[in-house]
Amino acid sequence: MSSFTVGIVVFPGSNCDRDMYWALEGCLGIKTKYIWHESSDISGFDAIVLPGGFSYGDYLRCGAVARFSPLINSLYDFVKTGRRVIGICNGFQILTESGFLPGALTTNKSLDFICKDSELEIVTSRGNWFNSSNNKINLPIAHGEGRYFCEEDTFKELSDNNLIALRYISNPNGSSYDIAGIINKEGNVLGLMPHPERACDSSLGGNDGLFTLKSLIEF
Amino acid sequence: MNQFEAKVSIRLRPSVLDPAGEAIKSAATKLGVEGINSLRIGKLIEVNLEAKEEKEAKEKIELLCDRLFSNKVIEDFDYEINEINEINE
Repeated sequence: MSSFTVGIVVFPGSNCDRDMYWALEGCLGIKTKYIWHESSDISGFDAIVLPGGFSYGDYLRCGAVARFSPLINSLYDFVKTGRRVIGICNGFQILTESGFLPGALTTNKSLDFICKDSELEIVTSRGNWFNSSNNKINLPIAHGEGRYFCEEDTFKELSDNNLIALRYISNPNGSSYDIAGIINKEGNVLGLMPHPERACDSSLGGNDGLFTLKSLIEF
Repeated sequence: MNQFEAKVSIRLRPSVLDPAGEAIKSAATKLGVEGINSLRIGKLIEVNLEAKEEKEAKEKIELLCDRLFSNKVIEDFDYEINEINEINE
């Protein structure tokens, strides 16, 4: 497991890539490398992180342009191999725009950019992304366009298949059904708006994010 | 090849809340304009493109709308397309 390598994708406009590197390498000792978005060879990586930020300036829609990068094109085959992918904030937006996860993310109901800690209910520990012995965790959110939207039929599918990972205890942004994070049917892709990489050291306010990042290598 | 100009409208689907539209509606009321029942904000994309014929131009625009300009989960699109002139090869 020592050679297990996580790749953090760097798009023009990514800004949580270094936080993620610090969390993975610094806090968890996981071998981590940056991958430029124009790279299409990700065969050497065991897991991929799509970090937060504003890829391609978030032009048109958040994550809409990133979808067409060579790296995302390679990610379809990567996911099929069962290897794990986590998309956080802008990474979650990219995962929905690219069709890895259902639904869409759009402007917060309040129109405000919301930056604060959020209390979250762990709805499923399927995929082992979250510690099933905890019911609630606290993770920071920081987004202007984090309102998860899905129609009732998509919600039913998510719900029936146990694919809702996290729900806000107090919905900050108007997300449908309080959804903060979801997984794919195979359980190897997680998308969430909250930032686990910003909750990896208790001296910085909490370490509830450690479990999720550690689960990239242990699941 | 012929030249076409397309005007593409992207709208949030009716079931999707448009908070920016609500904010502008509120401002419109403060301006003193009454009787506004709803106000929703969309996007206009103007594209100048070349194609052999209108059918091909439409196919290109529909592909762009479907795959790039709009997200079908939250948005609808429509467009109008006009030939603007002929380019001699």
